[in-house]
Amino acid sequence: MTTNTREPAIRVQAITKSYKDLHVLRGVDFDVAAGSIFALLGSNGAGKTTLVRILSTLLKANTGTAIVHGFDVSSAPGDVRKSISLTGQFAAVDEVLTGRENLVLVAKLRHLANPAAIADDMLARFSLTDAGNRRAATYSGGMRRRLDIAMSLVGNPPIVFLDEPTTGLDPQARIEVWQAVRQLAKDGTTILLTTQYLDEAEQLADRIAILHKGTIIQNGTLAELKQLLPSAKVEYVEKQPTLEDVFLALVSDASDAADGAAVPAGEESR
Amino acid sequence: MTAYVLSDTTTLTGRSLRHILRSPDTIITTAVTPIALMLLFVYVLGGAINTGSDESYINYMLPGILLITIASGIAYTAYRLFLDMQGGIFERFQSMPIPRPSALWAHVLTSLVANLASIVIVTGVALIMGFRTGASVANWLAVAGILILFTLALTWIAVIAGLSAKTIDGASAFSYPLIFLPFISSAFVPTDSMPGPVAWFAENQPVTSIVNTLRALFAQQPVGNDIWIALIWCAVLLVAAYAAATAIYRKKIS
Repeated sequence: MTTNTREPAIRVQAITKSYKDLHVLRGVDFDVAAGSIFALLGSNGAGKTTLVRILSTLLKANTGTAIVHGFDVSSAPGDVRKSISLTGQFAAVDEVLTGRENLVLVAKLRHLANPAAIADDMLARFSLTDAGNRRAATYSGGMRRRLDIAMSLVGNPPIVFLDEPTTGLDPQARIEVWQAVRQLAKDGTTILLTTQYLDEAEQLADRIAILHKGTIIQNGTLAELKQLLPSAKVEYVEKQPTLEDVFLALVSDASDAADGAAVPAGEESR
Repeated sequence: MTAYVLSDTTTLTGRSLRHILRSPDTIITTAVTPIALMLLFVYVLGGAINTGSDESYINYMLPGILLITIASGIAYTAYRLFLDMQGGIFERFQSMPIPRPSALWAHVLTSLVANLASIVIVTGVALIMGFRTGASVANWLAVAGILILFTLALTWIAVIAGLSAKTIDGASAFSYPLIFLPFISSAFVPTDSMPGPVAWFAENQPVTSIVNTLRALFAQQPVGNDIWIALIWCAVLLVAAYAAATAIYRKKIS
Protein backbone atom coordinates (compact mmCIF):
# COMPACT_ATOMS: atom_id res chain seq x y z
CA MET A 1 0.00 0.00 0.00
CA THR A 2 1.33 3.40 -0.91
CA THR A 3 1.16 6.47 1.25
CA ASN A 4 -2.21 7.78 2.17
CA THR A 5 -3.02 11.43 2.16
CA ARG A 6 -5.17 10.94 5.23
CA GLU A 7 -3.94 9.34 8.41
CA PRO A 8 -5.36 5.81 8.56
CA ALA A 9 -8.09 5.31 11.16
CA ILE A 10 -6.53 2.04 12.24
CA ARG A 11 -2.90 1.05 11.83
CA VAL A 12 -1.85 -2.43 12.84
CA GLN A 13 1.85 -3.29 12.80
CA ALA A 14 3.47 -6.64 13.52
CA ILE A 15 0.90 -7.66 16.10
CA THR A 16 1.49 -11.06 17.66
CA LYS A 17 -0.49 -12.94 20.29
CA SER A 18 0.20 -16.38 21.67
CA TYR A 19 -1.33 -18.50 24.37
CA LYS A 20 1.52 -20.67 25.54
CA ASP A 21 2.34 -22.77 22.47
CA LEU A 22 -0.67 -21.64 20.51
CA HIS A 23 0.32 -18.80 18.18
CA VAL A 24 -2.95 -17.12 17.34
CA LEU A 25 -1.50 -14.05 15.63
CA ARG A 26 1.96 -14.26 14.07
CA GLY A 27 2.64 -10.72 12.93
CA VAL A 28 -0.38 -8.94 11.50
CA ASP A 29 -0.03 -5.70 9.53
CA PHE A 30 -2.69 -3.61 7.85
CA ASP A 31 -4.13 -0.12 7.65
CA VAL A 32 -7.75 0.89 7.50
CA ALA A 33 -8.49 4.17 5.75
CA ALA A 34 -10.78 6.56 7.58
CA GLY A 35 -14.39 6.27 6.49
CA SER A 36 -13.99 2.94 4.75
CA ILE A 37 -15.35 -0.54 5.37
CA PHE A 38 -12.57 -3.04 5.90
CA ALA A 39 -13.37 -6.72 6.02
CA LEU A 40 -11.21 -9.22 7.79
CA LEU A 41 -11.99 -12.51 6.18
CA GLY A 42 -11.01 -15.80 7.67
CA SER A 43 -12.23 -19.21 8.71
CA ASN A 44 -12.99 -20.14 12.30
CA GLY A 45 -9.88 -20.02 14.42
CA ALA A 46 -7.99 -17.74 12.04
CA GLY A 47 -7.54 -15.18 14.81
CA LYS A 48 -10.14 -12.61 13.76
CA THR A 49 -11.78 -12.26 17.15
CA THR A 50 -8.43 -12.12 18.93
CA LEU A 51 -7.40 -9.25 16.69
CA VAL A 52 -10.64 -7.37 17.25
CA ARG A 53 -10.31 -7.85 21.00
CA ILE A 54 -6.79 -6.41 20.86
CA LEU A 55 -7.95 -3.42 18.82
CA SER A 56 -10.83 -2.77 21.22
CA THR A 57 -8.52 -2.89 24.27
CA LEU A 58 -10.02 -6.08 25.72
CA LEU A 59 -6.82 -8.01 25.20
CA LYS A 60 -3.16 -7.07 25.13
CA ALA A 61 -0.93 -8.10 22.24
CA ASN A 62 2.40 -9.78 22.99
CA THR A 63 4.34 -7.62 20.54
CA GLY A 64 3.61 -5.08 17.82
CA THR A 65 1.66 -1.84 17.84
CA ALA A 66 -1.87 -0.92 17.03
CA ILE A 67 -2.99 2.68 16.61
CA VAL A 68 -6.71 3.33 16.65
CA HIS A 69 -7.95 6.84 15.88
CA GLY A 70 -4.46 8.12 16.60
CA PHE A 71 -4.16 6.42 20.00
CA ASP A 72 -2.00 3.45 20.91
CA VAL A 73 -4.15 0.63 22.24
CA SER A 74 -1.66 -0.38 24.91
CA SER A 75 -0.50 3.02 26.13
CA ALA A 76 -3.75 5.00 25.74
CA PRO A 77 -6.58 2.48 26.07
CA GLY A 78 -8.88 5.06 27.64
CA ASP A 79 -8.67 7.33 24.59
CA VAL A 80 -9.17 4.36 22.28
CA ARG A 81 -12.32 3.39 24.17
CA LYS A 82 -13.70 6.88 23.66
CA SER A 83 -13.20 6.56 19.92
CA ILE A 84 -14.52 3.09 19.26
CA SER A 85 -17.41 0.82 19.72
CA LEU A 86 -17.43 -2.95 19.66
CA THR A 87 -20.18 -5.24 18.56
CA GLY A 88 -18.97 -8.62 19.65
CA GLN A 89 -19.76 -12.01 18.25
CA PHE A 90 -22.56 -12.58 20.72
CA ALA A 91 -25.18 -9.90 21.06
CA ALA A 92 -24.17 -7.81 24.07
CA VAL A 93 -27.60 -6.68 25.13
CA ASP A 94 -29.10 -6.82 28.61
CA GLU A 95 -31.96 -9.24 28.22
CA VAL A 96 -33.73 -8.18 31.38
CA LEU A 97 -33.95 -4.58 30.25
CA THR A 98 -36.16 -3.34 27.44
CA GLY A 99 -34.67 -2.20 24.17
CA ARG A 100 -35.14 1.41 25.16
CA GLU A 101 -33.56 0.88 28.58
CA ASN A 102 -30.56 -0.78 26.95
CA LEU A 103 -30.02 2.25 24.75
CA VAL A 104 -30.56 4.71 27.61
CA LEU A 105 -28.01 2.75 29.66
CA VAL A 106 -25.35 3.09 26.98
CA ALA A 107 -26.16 6.77 26.41
CA LYS A 108 -25.78 7.43 30.13
CA LEU A 109 -22.51 5.53 30.27
CA ARG A 110 -21.26 7.65 27.39
CA HIS A 111 -22.33 10.71 29.39
CA LEU A 112 -24.51 12.10 26.63
CA ALA A 113 -27.15 14.73 27.19
CA ASN A 114 -30.74 13.59 26.84
CA PRO A 115 -30.37 9.79 26.82
CA ALA A 116 -34.11 9.24 26.34
CA ALA A 117 -34.20 11.19 23.08
CA ILE A 118 -31.12 9.38 21.81
CA ALA A 119 -32.75 6.04 22.63
CA ASP A 120 -35.93 6.95 20.76
CA ASP A 121 -33.93 8.11 17.78
CA MET A 122 -31.95 4.86 17.68
CA LEU A 123 -35.08 2.74 18.05
CA ALA A 124 -36.56 4.53 15.06
CA ARG A 125 -33.37 4.19 13.02
CA PHE A 126 -33.28 0.45 13.57
CA SER A 127 -37.03 -0.14 13.22
CA LEU A 128 -37.40 -1.15 16.83
CA THR A 129 -39.79 1.57 17.98
CA ASP A 130 -42.70 -0.84 18.43
CA ALA A 131 -40.54 -3.26 20.40
CA GLY A 132 -38.82 -0.52 22.41
CA ASN A 133 -40.72 -1.21 25.60
CA ARG A 134 -40.39 -4.97 25.45
CA ARG A 135 -37.63 -6.83 27.22
CA ALA A 136 -34.75 -7.71 24.93
CA ALA A 137 -35.18 -11.37 25.94
CA THR A 138 -38.35 -11.46 23.84
CA TYR A 139 -36.58 -10.22 20.69
CA SER A 140 -35.82 -12.40 17.69
CA GLY A 141 -32.19 -12.95 16.74
CA GLY A 142 -32.31 -10.26 14.09
CA MET A 143 -33.93 -7.70 16.39
CA ARG A 144 -31.39 -8.46 19.10
CA ARG A 145 -28.58 -7.96 16.62
CA ARG A 146 -30.08 -4.66 15.48
CA LEU A 147 -30.41 -3.50 19.08
CA ASP A 148 -26.82 -4.59 19.67
CA ILE A 149 -25.59 -2.54 16.74
CA ALA A 150 -27.79 0.40 17.74
CA MET A 151 -26.22 0.31 21.22
CA SER A 152 -22.79 0.38 19.61
CA LEU A 153 -23.67 3.47 17.63
CA VAL A 154 -24.95 5.55 20.51
CA GLY A 155 -22.72 8.60 20.69
CA ASN A 156 -21.55 8.16 17.08
CA PRO A 157 -18.10 6.68 17.69
CA PRO A 158 -15.84 7.35 14.68
CA ILE A 159 -14.67 3.74 14.53
CA VAL A 160 -16.86 0.65 14.83
CA PHE A 161 -15.73 -2.96 15.15
CA LEU A 162 -18.21 -5.57 14.09
CA ASP A 163 -17.14 -9.10 14.95
CA GLU A 164 -19.07 -11.51 12.74
CA PRO A 165 -22.16 -9.30 12.78
CA THR A 166 -24.36 -11.69 10.83
CA THR A 167 -23.31 -15.08 12.13
CA GLY A 168 -26.40 -17.01 13.10
CA LEU A 169 -28.85 -14.61 11.47
CA ASP A 170 -31.46 -15.57 8.92
CA PRO A 171 -31.05 -14.12 5.42
CA GLN A 172 -33.45 -11.24 5.96
CA ALA A 173 -31.87 -10.16 9.22
CA ARG A 174 -28.54 -10.39 7.47
CA ILE A 175 -29.64 -7.98 4.78
CA GLU A 176 -30.96 -5.59 7.44
CA VAL A 177 -27.59 -5.60 9.15
CA TRP A 178 -25.87 -5.02 5.83
CA GLN A 179 -28.06 -2.02 5.17
CA ALA A 180 -27.25 -0.60 8.59
CA VAL A 181 -23.52 -1.07 7.95
CA ARG A 182 -23.71 0.64 4.55
CA GLN A 183 -25.61 3.55 6.04
CA LEU A 184 -22.97 3.93 8.73
CA ALA A 185 -20.16 4.03 6.23
CA LYS A 186 -22.07 6.58 4.20
CA ASP A 187 -22.15 8.79 7.28
CA GLY A 188 -18.39 8.64 7.54
CA THR A 189 -17.84 5.96 10.19
CA THR A 190 -14.83 3.71 9.76
CA ILE A 191 -15.88 0.08 10.01
CA LEU A 192 -13.75 -2.96 10.58
CA LEU A 193 -15.80 -6.09 10.28
CA THR A 194 -14.81 -9.70 10.52
CA THR A 195 -16.65 -12.37 8.69
CA GLN A 196 -16.34 -15.91 7.54
CA TYR A 197 -18.85 -15.32 4.75
CA LEU A 198 -17.21 -14.50 1.47
CA ASP A 199 -20.31 -12.86 0.06
CA GLU A 200 -20.54 -10.58 3.07
CA ALA A 201 -17.06 -9.23 2.45
CA GLU A 202 -17.87 -8.96 -1.24
CA GLN A 203 -21.09 -7.06 -0.56
CA LEU A 204 -19.83 -4.59 1.97
CA ALA A 205 -16.13 -4.04 2.01
CA ASP A 206 -14.00 -1.41 0.32
CA ARG A 207 -10.98 -3.50 1.15
CA ILE A 208 -10.67 -7.11 2.13
CA ALA A 209 -7.84 -8.72 4.04
CA ILE A 210 -7.62 -12.46 4.36
CA LEU A 211 -6.40 -13.61 7.73
CA HIS A 212 -5.14 -17.16 7.67
CA LYS A 213 -3.32 -18.98 10.44
CA GLY A 214 -2.46 -15.75 12.20
CA THR A 215 -1.17 -13.64 9.32
CA ILE A 216 -2.66 -11.53 6.56
CA ILE A 217 -2.06 -13.48 3.40
CA GLN A 218 -3.77 -11.02 1.06
CA ASN A 219 -5.04 -7.47 1.35
CA GLY A 220 -6.71 -5.50 -1.41
CA THR A 221 -9.91 -4.35 -3.03
CA LEU A 222 -12.28 -6.96 -4.34
CA ALA A 223 -11.10 -6.22 -7.89
CA GLU A 224 -7.48 -6.62 -6.87
CA LEU A 225 -8.16 -9.89 -5.15
CA LYS A 226 -10.02 -11.19 -8.18
CA GLN A 227 -7.03 -10.39 -10.37
CA LEU A 228 -4.90 -12.76 -8.35
CA LEU A 229 -6.50 -15.62 -10.16
CA PRO A 230 -5.97 -16.36 -13.86
CA SER A 231 -7.98 -14.08 -16.11
CA ALA A 232 -11.66 -14.63 -16.18
CA LYS A 233 -12.80 -17.24 -18.60
CA VAL A 234 -16.06 -16.97 -20.37
CA GLU A 235 -18.50 -19.74 -19.77
CA TYR A 236 -22.15 -19.97 -20.57
CA VAL A 237 -24.12 -21.17 -17.61
CA GLU A 238 -27.84 -21.38 -17.32
CA LYS A 239 -28.68 -18.80 -14.63
CA GLN A 240 -30.66 -20.49 -11.95
CA PRO A 241 -31.97 -18.71 -8.89
CA THR A 242 -30.09 -19.62 -5.76
CA LEU A 243 -32.09 -21.02 -2.89
CA GLU A 244 -31.46 -17.72 -1.12
CA ASP A 245 -33.08 -15.79 -4.01
CA VAL A 246 -36.07 -18.10 -3.84
CA PHE A 247 -36.37 -17.93 -0.09
CA LEU A 248 -36.14 -14.16 0.03
CA ALA A 249 -38.62 -13.68 -2.77
CA LEU A 250 -41.09 -16.04 -1.13
CA VAL A 251 -40.94 -14.55 2.33
CA SER A 252 -40.37 -10.90 1.46
CA ASP A 253 -43.92 -10.24 0.43
CA ALA A 254 -46.10 -13.27 0.64
CA SER A 255 -49.23 -11.14 0.36
CA ASP A 256 -48.19 -9.49 -2.88
CA ALA A 257 -49.16 -12.30 -5.20
CA ALA A 258 -48.90 -10.10 -8.27
CA ASP A 259 -45.22 -9.83 -7.63
CA GLY A 260 -44.72 -13.33 -8.97
CA ALA A 261 -42.10 -12.05 -11.38
CA ALA A 262 -39.73 -11.81 -8.46
CA VAL A 263 -39.72 -15.57 -8.36
CA PRO A 264 -38.22 -16.74 -11.60
CA ALA A 265 -40.40 -19.40 -13.12
CA GLY A 266 -39.06 -22.44 -11.43
CA GLU A 267 -37.00 -24.99 -13.26
CA GLU A 268 -36.90 -26.56 -9.88
CA SER A 269 -40.09 -28.46 -9.45
CA ARG A 270 -41.88 -28.20 -6.19
CA MET B 1 -11.97 9.26 33.50
CA THR B 2 -11.97 9.00 37.28
CA ALA B 3 -14.44 11.87 37.33
CA TYR B 4 -17.03 9.44 36.10
CA VAL B 5 -16.42 6.68 38.65
CA LEU B 6 -19.34 7.80 40.74
CA SER B 7 -21.83 8.50 37.97
CA ASP B 8 -20.97 5.33 36.06
CA THR B 9 -21.16 3.20 39.18
CA THR B 10 -24.56 4.73 39.90
CA THR B 11 -25.76 4.04 36.37
CA LEU B 12 -24.59 0.44 36.47
CA THR B 13 -25.99 -0.12 39.96
CA GLY B 14 -29.32 1.18 38.69
CA ARG B 15 -29.13 -1.42 35.96
CA SER B 16 -28.56 -4.39 38.26
CA LEU B 17 -31.09 -3.15 40.81
CA ARG B 18 -33.58 -3.16 37.96
CA HIS B 19 -32.69 -6.82 37.40
CA ILE B 20 -33.65 -7.52 41.00
CA LEU B 21 -36.87 -5.54 40.76
CA ARG B 22 -37.80 -7.57 37.68
CA SER B 23 -37.10 -10.84 39.45
CA PRO B 24 -37.97 -10.17 43.10
CA ASP B 25 -38.04 -13.96 43.56
CA THR B 26 -34.30 -13.77 44.20
CA ILE B 27 -34.99 -11.74 47.35
CA ILE B 28 -37.88 -13.95 48.38
CA THR B 29 -35.97 -17.21 47.87
CA THR B 30 -33.11 -15.70 49.83
CA ALA B 31 -35.48 -15.07 52.72
CA VAL B 32 -37.43 -18.35 52.51
CA THR B 33 -34.70 -20.70 53.78
CA PRO B 34 -33.84 -18.62 56.86
CA ILE B 35 -37.54 -18.23 57.64
CA ALA B 36 -38.06 -22.00 57.34
CA LEU B 37 -35.07 -22.59 59.63
CA MET B 38 -36.49 -20.09 62.07
CA LEU B 39 -39.86 -21.90 62.12
CA LEU B 40 -38.10 -25.24 62.51
CA PHE B 41 -35.88 -24.14 65.35
CA VAL B 42 -38.45 -22.12 67.24
CA TYR B 43 -41.45 -24.42 66.97
CA VAL B 44 -39.83 -27.86 66.62
CA LEU B 45 -36.33 -28.02 68.05
CA GLY B 46 -36.15 -24.93 70.20
CA GLY B 47 -38.20 -26.37 73.07
CA ALA B 48 -35.53 -28.98 73.70
CA ILE B 49 -32.57 -26.62 73.46
CA ASN B 50 -31.20 -25.21 76.67
CA THR B 51 -29.44 -21.96 75.87
CA GLY B 52 -28.60 -21.27 79.48
CA SER B 53 -30.17 -17.82 79.31
CA ASP B 54 -33.65 -16.61 80.10
CA GLU B 55 -34.03 -15.02 76.65
CA SER B 56 -36.73 -16.48 74.43
CA TYR B 57 -35.26 -18.89 71.88
CA ILE B 58 -36.14 -16.69 68.90
CA ASN B 59 -34.25 -13.82 70.49
CA TYR B 60 -31.34 -16.20 70.96
CA MET B 61 -31.19 -17.47 67.39
CA LEU B 62 -32.17 -14.47 65.26
CA PRO B 63 -28.56 -13.18 64.89
CA GLY B 64 -27.48 -16.52 63.40
CA ILE B 65 -30.51 -16.57 61.12
CA LEU B 66 -29.60 -13.12 59.82
CA LEU B 67 -26.08 -14.31 58.98
CA ILE B 68 -27.52 -17.33 57.17
CA THR B 69 -29.73 -14.94 55.21
CA ILE B 70 -26.69 -12.99 54.06
CA ALA B 71 -24.71 -16.14 53.26
CA SER B 72 -27.49 -17.42 51.03
CA GLY B 73 -28.16 -13.99 49.52
CA ILE B 74 -24.65 -13.53 48.20
CA ALA B 75 -25.01 -16.70 46.13
CA TYR B 76 -27.16 -14.56 43.85
CA THR B 77 -24.44 -11.95 43.66
CA ALA B 78 -22.03 -14.54 42.30
CA TYR B 79 -24.77 -15.82 40.00
CA ARG B 80 -25.54 -12.37 38.56
CA LEU B 81 -21.87 -11.54 38.11
CA PHE B 82 -21.24 -14.87 36.42
CA LEU B 83 -24.10 -14.27 33.97
CA ASP B 84 -22.75 -10.82 33.15
CA MET B 85 -19.29 -12.21 32.51
CA GLN B 86 -20.71 -14.95 30.28
CA GLY B 87 -22.86 -12.65 28.19
CA GLY B 88 -21.29 -10.07 25.97
CA ILE B 89 -22.46 -7.19 28.11
CA PHE B 90 -19.32 -6.96 30.26
CA GLU B 91 -17.17 -6.89 27.15
CA ARG B 92 -19.27 -4.04 25.88
CA PHE B 93 -18.72 -2.16 29.14
CA GLN B 94 -15.01 -2.89 29.02
CA SER B 95 -14.66 -1.57 25.49
CA MET B 96 -16.35 1.65 26.59
CA PRO B 97 -14.72 4.51 28.48
CA ILE B 98 -16.08 3.32 31.84
CA PRO B 99 -13.78 3.26 34.87
CA ARG B 100 -12.84 -0.39 35.35
CA PRO B 101 -13.93 -0.77 39.00
CA SER B 102 -17.42 0.58 38.31
CA ALA B 103 -18.77 -2.64 36.87
CA LEU B 104 -17.72 -4.63 39.95
CA TRP B 105 -18.84 -2.02 42.46
CA ALA B 106 -22.26 -1.93 40.83
CA HIS B 107 -22.65 -5.62 41.64
CA VAL B 108 -21.36 -5.12 45.16
CA LEU B 109 -23.77 -2.27 45.91
CA THR B 110 -26.64 -4.22 44.39
CA SER B 111 -25.75 -7.16 46.60
CA LEU B 112 -25.83 -4.90 49.62
CA VAL B 113 -29.29 -3.53 48.77
CA ALA B 114 -30.71 -6.97 47.98
CA ASN B 115 -29.35 -8.51 51.17
CA LEU B 116 -30.63 -5.67 53.33
CA ALA B 117 -34.06 -6.16 51.77
CA SER B 118 -33.96 -9.88 52.63
CA ILE B 119 -32.83 -9.07 56.17
CA VAL B 120 -35.73 -6.68 56.63
CA ILE B 121 -38.15 -9.40 55.51
CA VAL B 122 -36.63 -12.02 57.82
CA THR B 123 -36.58 -9.61 60.76
CA GLY B 124 -40.22 -8.77 60.07
CA VAL B 125 -41.17 -12.45 60.21
CA ALA B 126 -39.16 -12.82 63.41
CA LEU B 127 -41.12 -9.96 64.96
CA ILE B 128 -44.36 -11.73 64.05
CA MET B 129 -43.00 -14.92 65.65
CA GLY B 130 -42.31 -13.08 68.89
CA PHE B 131 -38.85 -11.62 68.55
CA ARG B 132 -38.59 -8.66 70.93
CA THR B 133 -35.77 -6.29 71.67
CA GLY B 134 -35.40 -3.14 73.69
CA ALA B 135 -32.42 -2.13 71.59
CA SER B 136 -31.81 1.61 71.37
CA VAL B 137 -31.33 3.45 68.08
CA ALA B 138 -27.58 3.32 68.66
CA ASN B 139 -27.78 -0.45 69.18
CA TRP B 140 -29.81 -0.85 65.99
CA LEU B 141 -27.27 1.24 64.10
CA ALA B 142 -24.48 -0.93 65.46
CA VAL B 143 -26.38 -4.06 64.39
CA ALA B 144 -26.93 -2.58 60.92
CA GLY B 145 -23.27 -1.57 60.68
CA ILE B 146 -22.02 -5.05 61.52
CA LEU B 147 -24.49 -6.70 59.13
CA ILE B 148 -23.42 -4.32 56.35
CA LEU B 149 -19.76 -5.04 57.01
CA PHE B 150 -20.43 -8.78 57.03
CA THR B 151 -22.45 -8.49 53.81
CA LEU B 152 -19.63 -6.57 52.11
CA ALA B 153 -17.05 -9.13 53.20
CA LEU B 154 -19.13 -12.06 51.95
CA THR B 155 -20.07 -10.15 48.80
CA TRP B 156 -16.44 -9.77 47.81
CA ILE B 157 -16.00 -13.50 48.38
CA ALA B 158 -18.98 -13.95 46.07
CA VAL B 159 -17.27 -11.71 43.52
CA ILE B 160 -14.27 -14.07 43.55
CA ALA B 161 -16.63 -16.98 42.92
CA GLY B 162 -18.56 -15.16 40.22
CA LEU B 163 -15.39 -14.15 38.40
CA SER B 164 -13.60 -17.47 38.57
CA ALA B 165 -16.44 -19.99 38.28
CA LYS B 166 -16.53 -22.14 35.17
CA THR B 167 -20.19 -23.09 35.42
CA ILE B 168 -23.30 -21.47 36.75
CA ASP B 169 -23.59 -24.12 39.46
CA GLY B 170 -20.04 -23.48 40.56
CA ALA B 171 -20.81 -19.79 40.84
CA SER B 172 -23.38 -20.35 43.56
CA ALA B 173 -22.17 -23.59 45.19
CA PHE B 174 -19.39 -21.77 47.07
CA SER B 175 -22.00 -20.29 49.39
CA TYR B 176 -23.10 -23.65 50.89
CA PRO B 177 -20.21 -23.87 53.36
CA LEU B 178 -20.85 -20.25 54.32
CA ILE B 179 -24.51 -21.04 54.98
CA PHE B 180 -23.39 -23.93 57.18
CA LEU B 181 -20.88 -21.96 59.20
CA PRO B 182 -23.48 -20.53 61.64
CA PHE B 183 -24.55 -24.08 62.58
CA ILE B 184 -21.08 -24.75 63.97
CA SER B 185 -21.11 -21.60 66.07
CA SER B 186 -22.93 -20.16 69.03
CA ALA B 187 -25.85 -19.26 66.76
CA PHE B 188 -28.24 -22.08 67.75
CA VAL B 189 -26.74 -23.75 70.79
CA PRO B 190 -24.10 -22.64 73.30
CA THR B 191 -20.64 -23.76 72.20
CA ASP B 192 -19.83 -25.37 75.58
CA SER B 193 -22.35 -28.12 74.79
CA MET B 194 -20.16 -29.27 71.86
CA PRO B 195 -17.32 -31.84 72.04
CA GLY B 196 -13.82 -30.36 72.47
CA PRO B 197 -12.47 -29.88 68.93
CA VAL B 198 -15.84 -28.77 67.56
CA ALA B 199 -16.26 -26.30 70.42
CA TRP B 200 -12.76 -24.98 69.74
CA PHE B 201 -13.61 -24.45 66.07
CA ALA B 202 -16.95 -22.88 66.95
CA GLU B 203 -15.41 -20.46 69.38
CA ASN B 204 -12.67 -19.37 67.02
CA GLN B 205 -14.56 -18.89 63.78
CA PRO B 206 -15.92 -15.49 62.75
CA VAL B 207 -19.62 -16.28 63.08
CA THR B 208 -19.54 -16.84 66.83
CA SER B 209 -18.11 -13.44 67.67
CA ILE B 210 -20.52 -11.73 65.29
CA VAL B 211 -23.50 -13.66 66.65
CA ASN B 212 -22.49 -12.91 70.25
CA THR B 213 -22.12 -9.22 69.44
CA LEU B 214 -25.49 -8.97 67.72
CA ARG B 215 -27.15 -10.89 70.53
CA ALA B 216 -25.66 -8.59 73.14
CA LEU B 217 -26.72 -5.53 71.16
CA PHE B 218 -30.30 -6.79 70.85
CA ALA B 219 -30.38 -7.70 74.56
CA GLN B 220 -28.81 -4.36 75.59
CA GLN B 221 -25.97 -6.13 77.31
CA PRO B 222 -22.30 -5.18 77.20
CA VAL B 223 -20.69 -6.46 73.99
CA GLY B 224 -17.31 -7.01 75.63
CA ASN B 225 -14.41 -8.14 73.46
CA ASP B 226 -16.69 -9.91 71.00
CA ILE B 227 -17.43 -6.76 69.03
CA TRP B 228 -13.71 -6.15 68.40
CA ILE B 229 -13.12 -9.74 67.38
CA ALA B 230 -16.18 -9.52 65.14
CA LEU B 231 -15.01 -6.29 63.54
CA ILE B 232 -11.50 -7.61 63.01
CA TRP B 233 -12.83 -10.78 61.40
CA CYS B 234 -15.09 -8.77 59.08
CA ALA B 235 -12.33 -6.32 58.19
CA VAL B 236 -9.79 -9.06 57.50
CA LEU B 237 -12.23 -11.04 55.38
CA LEU B 238 -13.26 -7.89 53.53
CA VAL B 239 -9.73 -6.73 52.76
CA ALA B 240 -8.51 -10.18 51.76
CA ALA B 241 -11.53 -10.92 49.56
CA TYR B 242 -11.42 -7.45 48.01
CA ALA B 243 -7.73 -7.79 47.18
CA ALA B 244 -8.20 -11.24 45.69
CA ALA B 245 -11.29 -10.24 43.72
CA THR B 246 -9.74 -7.13 42.19
CA ALA B 247 -6.57 -9.06 41.33
CA ILE B 248 -8.63 -11.73 39.55
CA TYR B 249 -10.69 -9.06 37.82
CA ARG B 250 -7.62 -7.20 36.59
CA LYS B 251 -6.14 -10.42 35.28
CA LYS B 252 -9.38 -11.33 33.62
CA ILE B 253 -9.96 -8.08 31.75
CA SER B 254 -6.49 -7.24 30.49
